[in-house]
Amino acid sequence: MADAGTLPTARSRAMVREARHLLLTVAPGATWIVIFLVLPSAYLMGVAFMSTGPYGLPEMPLSLESFRRLAGFGFLGWSPGNLYTLLRSLVQTLVATALVVVIAYPIAYYIATSRARWRPIMLLAVVVPSWTNQVIRTFGWMNLLAPGTPLSQLAEGLGLIAPNMGLYPSNFAVTLGLVYNFLPFMVLPLYAAFEKLDTAQVEAARDLYASPLRAFRHAVFPQTLPGLLAGIVLVAIPAFGMYVIPELLGGGKGMMLGNLVANQFAGAANWPLGASGAILMLIATFIGLYAMRRIGRRLGGGEEVVI
Amino acid sequence: MSDAITTDTADKTAPTSVPQDTARRDASSIALQGLHKRFGRDTVALAGVDLDIRPGEFFTLLGPSGCGKTTLLRILAGLEEADKGQLAIGGRDITEVPPHQRSVNTVFQSYALFPHLSVRDNLAFGLKMRGLPVGERNARVAKIAAFIQLGDLIDRRVDQLSGGQRQRIALARALVCEPDVLLLDEPLSALDAGLRSQLQVELLRVQKRLGMTFVFVTHDQQEAMVMSDRIAVLNGGLIQQVGPPREVYEHPVNAFVARFMGHDNLFPVIARNGETLTTPLGELHVANPGDGALLLIRPETLDLLPGDVEGVNHLPARVIERLYRGSHAEYRLAIAGTTLQATLNNRGRHLPEVDERVTVAVAADDLVTLAE
Repeated sequence: MADAGTLPTARSRAMVREARHLLLTVAPGATWIVIFLVLPSAYLMGVAFMSTGPYGLPEMPLSLESFRRLAGFGFLGWSPGNLYTLLRSLVQTLVATALVVVIAYPIAYYIATSRARWRPIMLLAVVVPSWTNQVIRTFGWMNLLAPGTPLSQLAEGLGLIAPNMGLYPSNFAVTLGLVYNFLPFMVLPLYAAFEKLDTAQVEAARDLYASPLRAFRHAVFPQTLPGLLAGIVLVAIPAFGMYVIPELLGGGKGMMLGNLVANQFAGAANWPLGASGAILMLIATFIGLYAMRRIGRRLGGGEEVVI
Repeated sequence: MSDAITTDTADKTAPTSVPQDTARRDASSIALQGLHKRFGRDTVALAGVDLDIRPGEFFTLLGPSGCGKTTLLRILAGLEEADKGQLAIGGRDITEVPPHQRSVNTVFQSYALFPHLSVRDNLAFGLKMRGLPVGERNARVAKIAAFIQLGDLIDRRVDQLSGGQRQRIALARALVCEPDVLLLDEPLSALDAGLRSQLQVELLRVQKRLGMTFVFVTHDQQEAMVMSDRIAVLNGGLIQQVGPPREVYEHPVNAFVARFMGHDNLFPVIARNGETLTTPLGELHVANPGDGALLLIRPETLDLLPGDVEGVNHLPARVIERLYRGSHAEYRLAIAGTTLQATLNNRGRHLPEVDERVTVAVAADDLVTLAE
């Protein structure tokens, strides 16, 4: 019992207690993240740097072949297919996000300035569609946009599309599907930002010689910027990796990166190529987030925009 | 007393130190005619308001909440549109002019400072919107910041300021635009009592120094009396009385104004015979009785004599309650089956005790009558 001569002091007991608290509170979440995020991601990264076996499964030795394939170099020389898919994903994401912003701003403002008792109902109306499965809603759009439907006939009549083509499948249908799907994710953070805004500030701006437009630009917009940036993150990142909507509404020429990646794990079966595609999406997303942070700092006038 | 409404016995000395150019003076008069405003179907905010505010005047709109004073101010700012009536500033009709084209600025009750901007950018906001070049903007912002003694806060964020500092920034943000008229919507109501009376004095000095027309909204009659050149008392969307503080306090035109100015001693006139009026207190001699149905007795005009003393306007009474306040004592007296409030200055003489029998004496000159 010679080593037991050092009695635990109050201080060390407190430290033990604190460590136990930390372990109990952090451990469940950390375990979850490690098992379901860190380990799979690490596995995916590893797969990207491996060779492709006969059935598309990864095998040794390590290789950069999948990145070469991703860049468009195949057995028959270089083809721009994957590059187009990347560009299409970027353009679809930018266009859809921009449209969502333009549509969501007036909706959020209108709800925030309505009578208090109508607000929950209106917010509910915005959110309720997303309670239905996304696949089912997208099938709904297929039915609405198919050849021969009233919307398609209207577009034909206006000369917007060739006869009997229908509005779907097309890139337009994908954009529409993305805008429809992600609108609530922009309305909610914008609404939260508008709700915090003191309407007296709009009046103060008007009182200080700002026209309605300039009052929005200089008093309202900077204060809703955190909500806008949060909305853009919630819309743009999932839209960039979207699989269901381009798969159902896009047809062969509407494919986005998500479909490219998914196909490598299913039909086309090339796991290393799919993994390298996933890494490309990750990199593009990080670049986007970094750019948002820079823009937010510049426009926010010192207000830290949290992402 | 209705003819006294428009008379202006200036009981406040006009600012003499600041010379005003006449163009400025003319540009800052306000004329309101027949203003009506209702919200929804049955909330009447203004029920026909006529008002003339003079250039360089510190004018106060006084009344309880819901009397229409804030609506009137917002119509002046252009933030609210009147249903009916005309509004002119400096002789120019601006009824239809949007707020950003009016030479009027407002100090809001909530201050409404822009939280995303620094103090400097808050102060410069109006100048920027009017398109002033950066150099002039900065010079004027620096000048106004020094004027309100907040130059060292200029690079702070608004949320780092105390209530009193925010109030002053809100004032400066409006003043820096040098409007013809400055509107103030209960600007001091969010502050504690000490700071409030300090800023009252400050605000008054600023107004006298600039000679700008101030239209000030408050529900506090003490504040209104301290600050104003003239007061308009509003109730139910109508102006009850307009006049200098002394006139409104000492000669209220009706029971509402009297009660709002803090008077409790109102008694019905039961019968009248020349200058002798019969009231529940007894017979009283009134110098200028008028034809009002109520008699107003201001507590500070009463004298309390010990014991029974015979004489004109001498009434026997008994002390029910005495509140000793140091500089003065407030009394509640039982008199002829009713009660009467009295205030006695503490000048070292005897202050009657509770239950002591006293004689209430009042001068015929100090009694006024008013309408119900």
